[in-house]
Amino acid sequence: MPVQTPERRIKNFDEVALGFTLEDALVECARCLDCPEPACVAGCPVGIDIPGFIMKVADKDYQGAYEILSEANLLPAICGRVCPQEEQCEGVCPVGDTLEPVAIGRLERWVGDQAIENDWSKRPYIENKDLKVGIVGSGPAGMACAADLAKAGCAVTIYEALHEPGGVLRYGIPEFRLPNEVVDAEIANLVNLGVEIQCNTLVGRLFTIEQMLDEMDFRAVFIGTGAGSPKFMQIPGETLNGVLSANELLTRCNLMMAGKFPQYDTPLHLGRRVAIIGSGNTAMDAMRVSMRMGAEKVFCVYRRTEAESPARKEELHHAQEEGIEFHWLTAPVEILDDGEGNVRAMRCVRMELGEPDESGRRSPVPVEGSEYEFETDMVVYAIGTNPNPILGQTSRLKLNKWGYIETDENLATSIAGVYAGGDIVTGAATVILAMGAGRRAARSIKEYLLIRDSEAVYLPQRINTDGTLFGIDLVERNFARLRVE
Amino acid sequence: MSGFPIVTREDFSDTTFLLEVHHPALAKAAMPGQFVIVMTHGQGERIPLTIADFDRVKGTVTLVIQAVGKSTKEMQALCQAGTDLFGLVGPMGEPSHIGDARKVVCVGGGLGVAPIYPQARGFKENGAYVIGVVGFRSRDLVFWEDKFRACCDEFIICTDDGSAGLKGLVTEGIKQAVEKHADIDEVVAIGPPIMMRACAEATRPHGIKTMVSLNPVMVDGTGMCGGCRVKVGGRIQFACVDGPDFDGHDVDFDDLMNRLRRFAEDEKVALERWSDTCRQQIPTSGADG
Repeated sequence: MPVQTPERRIKNFDEVALGFTLEDALVECARCLDCPEPACVAGCPVGIDIPGFIMKVADKDYQGAYEILSEANLLPAICGRVCPQEEQCEGVCPVGDTLEPVAIGRLERWVGDQAIENDWSKRPYIENKDLKVGIVGSGPAGMACAADLAKAGCAVTIYEALHEPGGVLRYGIPEFRLPNEVVDAEIANLVNLGVEIQCNTLVGRLFTIEQMLDEMDFRAVFIGTGAGSPKFMQIPGETLNGVLSANELLTRCNLMMAGKFPQYDTPLHLGRRVAIIGSGNTAMDAMRVSMRMGAEKVFCVYRRTEAESPARKEELHHAQEEGIEFHWLTAPVEILDDGEGNVRAMRCVRMELGEPDESGRRSPVPVEGSEYEFETDMVVYAIGTNPNPILGQTSRLKLNKWGYIETDENLATSIAGVYAGGDIVTGAATVILAMGAGRRAARSIKEYLLIRDSEAVYLPQRINTDGTLFGIDLVERNFARLRVE
Repeated sequence: MSGFPIVTREDFSDTTFLLEVHHPALAKAAMPGQFVIVMTHGQGERIPLTIADFDRVKGTVTLVIQAVGKSTKEMQALCQAGTDLFGLVGPMGEPSHIGDARKVVCVGGGLGVAPIYPQARGFKENGAYVIGVVGFRSRDLVFWEDKFRACCDEFIICTDDGSAGLKGLVTEGIKQAVEKHADIDEVVAIGPPIMMRACAEATRPHGIKTMVSLNPVMVDGTGMCGGCRVKVGGRIQFACVDGPDFDGHDVDFDDLMNRLRRFAEDEKVALERWSDTCRQQIPTSGADG
């Protein structure tokens, strides 16, 4: 896929991966083997009929491709950009055994972009059922849940605490990876489905989950607030000026437009030598934003090796191309003061890999006597998140011992009518998993509200072996309505 | 999203002004000690402000703002009755614990005078004996004296120059209250960090529980950015979700004051740039609206 050159892109926030042209897409489709038992579908967290949509593109039925994609994935333009395909569909593509796997993510993105450009988003006839459903959080889980429920005729309201909708797609993922206009287009689709989005609303504090059910006439509630509370390491020097979370850095830049300070009022106060602790996607985003904001040097400091880095491969590769310096097997033990309350340096220790830990990865152990000073004036933590405490503080929702919301396999919480999904249930994961959880919860809410599911296949399982019921021949009387397509 | 209408504005001095904003749900939910985040316009900062008052019948919340930096000076220039705030979200933070203290001293200084009021009222409604102590630079900056007198059993004004009440800082007022009453259960102090630290030090020898309300730099105010980290009892806490109230005897005020200087340079740049633009755009001084 064509990309902006590293020299050029570190000076702008435009999208790095420029996307397929029509010709690129058609060439790529021809590489798909249309396997009879496609591994890619099994590898996709939401089970997209991948060969199905690719064959439609190959047949030049692009809208048909979109229809297939959007059956399983409501946000293809977003997921095509941010899914870790190498661990999912593309990771199991048999073409990849010998050659590069089929670029499923890029094709998905291409179809998603065509849909936005040509306004193909499906606006089905919606039978209004007057059932009010409230959704807490406008990120990928909430968006997906809202779309499915709106299509089922519910009156859906999404509450967002920030002043703009989109959740992590807005404040977290930078423009060069996911342009705001793509997020805007997906939000506009929701509004077109009749979803009401109310920003500036902190659920839990402005009103509680219980009040939504008892006083505000919501028949069901979905919670998709994300995990969101940044972790720190509890080492000395963490409150010095110049130490911040990747969440804060990204929010200042992506949501509050710190890159345009002082036209916009929110500053970032970037350091010259910026060290990002961690090596996941958030870390990559923080590094690449720092580079574009004008840092002289950007470092990745990670206690394991490149092989264990949890980042999407493409992002890691792009970060390396952009001149970010990687310090594998390195961990900070203290952040040092310049005498005026700012960061002067970190004291770091070298690590080596020991025995595998519970995650199956070899756990890093410090090398004795290997401590040294690492010159930096800004330290950014991207080492994961804890669950946000607000709903726990303000409702009787049952939480697990880590503080995440406890649900059953249908995503029902301990309060009847209240469902939850995404990072606030599982801990930090991916956009596609959050979206999948939002749709799973929408299905449960439809059942809870006794909404007939027009997608369900009627399977007459209680037919007697002789095919009769009360002496009536079922096949002849056409009682067994198996949906045939 | 439509904005949030400002229904009243009142100017207490050249720098201090009051905004009463219509938001019935917020007025219904607000509790003493909580704060909101305000955005004046779409390019603005998210500014945390402690709620100074709320009226559930009228459906309004009251904010008192001191115009010190670019964003607050801009609010002073733009926010008039009849205009809208672009963003207003809250109430945020854990409400103050208005417990069963029988005798309390509620201390407010500078920015903290307004937000200490709902606490004083809350304690009074709970049946406590309330001693109000408020500090101003001089007599002409005093506001809300009548409101405080209505809910305080004793009320002490302190001024730097002695033009009203006691001459000296609010700690003088605390000293007077502590000397007179041996049975004070709790002191609540809201104001600049240096004042809150002085209050905490004034009560420490007497072992009187002293709660303070911290207002560090924050972005979202929902626990997501971690910018509002404060050190309390050696542990890191997020003021927005764990606070904003903390035990003043455990707060590391030096750390807090250092962190409040985090964007000092940027704030200066923003203010200078804004002042320059204002001079260019508004040739006659004193123009408003």
